[in-house]
Amino acid sequence: MTAPLLLPQATDIGNPTVNIAIFALFVVATLAIVIKASRNNRTAADFYAGGRSFTGPQNGVAIAGDYLSAASFLGIAGAIALNGYDGFLYSIGFLVAWLVALLLVAELLRNTGRFTMADVLSFRLKQRPVRMAAAISTLGVCFFYLLAQMAGAGGLVALLLGIDGRAGQSLVIAVVGIIMITYVLVGGMKGTTWVQIIKAVLLVLGAGLMTLWVLAKYTFNLSGLLGAAVDRSPAAGERLLNPGLQYGMTGITKLDFISLALALVLGTAGLPHVLMRFYTVPSAKEARRSVSWAIWIIGIFYLFTLVLGYGAAALVGPDVIRAAPGRANSAAPLLAFELGGELLLGVISAVAFATILAVVAGLTITASASFAHDVYGQVIKRGEVNADGEVRVARITAAVIGAVAIVGGIFANGQNIAFLVALAFAVAASANLPTILYSLFWRRFNTRGALWSIYGGLGSAIVLIAFSPVVSGKVDAKTGASLSMITDTGIDFHWFPLDNPGIVSIPLAFFLGWLGTVTSKEQTDVDKFAEMEVRSLTGAGAEKAVQH
Amino acid sequence: MSDTTRSAGDPELTTYRDVQVSPDFSELRRRFRRFVFPMTGLFLVWYFLYVLLAAYAPGFMSSRIGGNINVALLFGLGQFVSTFAITMIYVRWADRRFDAEADRMRQLIEGADR
Repeated sequence: MTAPLLLPQATDIGNPTVNIAIFALFVVATLAIVIKASRNNRTAADFYAGGRSFTGPQNGVAIAGDYLSAASFLGIAGAIALNGYDGFLYSIGFLVAWLVALLLVAELLRNTGRFTMADVLSFRLKQRPVRMAAAISTLGVCFFYLLAQMAGAGGLVALLLGIDGRAGQSLVIAVVGIIMITYVLVGGMKGTTWVQIIKAVLLVLGAGLMTLWVLAKYTFNLSGLLGAAVDRSPAAGERLLNPGLQYGMTGITKLDFISLALALVLGTAGLPHVLMRFYTVPSAKEARRSVSWAIWIIGIFYLFTLVLGYGAAALVGPDVIRAAPGRANSAAPLLAFELGGELLLGVISAVAFATILAVVAGLTITASASFAHDVYGQVIKRGEVNADGEVRVARITAAVIGAVAIVGGIFANGQNIAFLVALAFAVAASANLPTILYSLFWRRFNTRGALWSIYGGLGSAIVLIAFSPVVSGKVDAKTGASLSMITDTGIDFHWFPLDNPGIVSIPLAFFLGWLGTVTSKEQTDVDKFAEMEVRSLTGAGAEKAVQH
Repeated sequence: MSDTTRSAGDPELTTYRDVQVSPDFSELRRRFRRFVFPMTGLFLVWYFLYVLLAAYAPGFMSSRIGGNINVALLFGLGQFVSTFAITMIYVRWADRRFDAEADRMRQLIEGADR
């Protein structure tokens, strides 16, 4: 209905030449740094773990860079702009989740593993089956997360270049994929880490600038900003500030809210690409410092997103956001244009692109390390492979994963990305976290428990997503348009009522881990358990930094 | 791969078991767990209190405090404050009350290996 009026704005917004120039500058600058940083890449520890030579603060900034994905920036700002307070849950859940990582996982993991999550999970259990399971769930989580990032790239480009056609957007998704593969192949973990550090600094500065700008428009009166957001959203009105606008309608949607909250808070400490970052520092103490730095940066950033979200509602308005080519995901770029014209839009869009690129690079290196180190090195070759061979396989895997991400991103284009990331969190919290916690803290835990928990958590999460309204059968009550991934409203095979599977799959995975353990006759390997427990708490025998 | 292919007869393994059953290590583990487990319980309860109130007590959460600021917003911001506070408390505790003892045991173990 409003589309004809808004179409010209979609192409007018910003200057594509400026946007592309700023973005190209970022790519060239980071690529130069990646090449410089990777000169010393010799060993597998260099490629996978950046030589374990980053300091706590450096790694903390890189973790923030890895974690603050396009979902955090574009997705949350859009969710708050349109759904008000319910969008704020993402910020809170994504932040509080870090306490699980800080208190229970980061240091113990750093002390016991080498390169991947599977190193820790298989430490005292049967190597091959557990490693295989952990690698499969790592690849599964990375795939969901990648989808979200690539979908974000498509939406962003749609807005910036006014490309409404699927073909044009797909081409850009492919370009993003190819650039990110280049980073990983050339730079390994060291190069990837530097890209993340640069991006985190740019993102926080950019979001901080916009936050100050928005607040200044309301004379630093938060209440005034909220009031303006309400005035500009006649459909939602006051409800924009209250819980329940998106999730408050029925008992089912409330349950969905709880499910999302559970997945968010338990997902972070099970995200393989976050866990892998703990290996890039020389000791557990540095791992602790890096998480502490990350929590501060991430927390401050999420406070910014609250202002940006309500700022977009107040200054841009929900109707314009909904009608823009990238829909909710374009709230933050539209706000930048409203504030600082095409130059600020260009800068913020370049930052958003950089964000996607850096996160995708981090995911790719995690997935390729998991495949090369766990599946190829340990399961197929049973550890009888030299590090060079493993790294070569990792590089080939990175290229394959890049290709898969490009294809997947083309299909997921148009979904809300904060929401897609929440699905990745649900899979991580179901498949990984129970086994991580059990193997660190429960002496009796054994191989069957691990396998049941990982495969049960992964399988139930994915099956429930496949048969949820996310994939098919969700229809906008007012417009009759499809809100699912399969946009043909005639196809509807959903039977699971919730969007997020966490409330079922996470307890199920914990339960299966317990059930598998108590029904198995396998005895605890007391020697390996002693080694794991002593090493995890004291740091004895932990992997040291690589000296060059 | 030295840490995964070690055979059962390796004398180092008995070292880890010896350490594990030693009173010093038990004390270290007890100290660690007595800090992190209650702290984890605390922030999870606080977080789910917020989530459940947001889902099932929207009326209470929507009550205004001043201007357009309502209870829900304060609860949300309270989650940020508690997360920052727990981070600072934990890092302080670990630096002062945990690291020294863990380091001492690590040196003991690694010294015994060589």
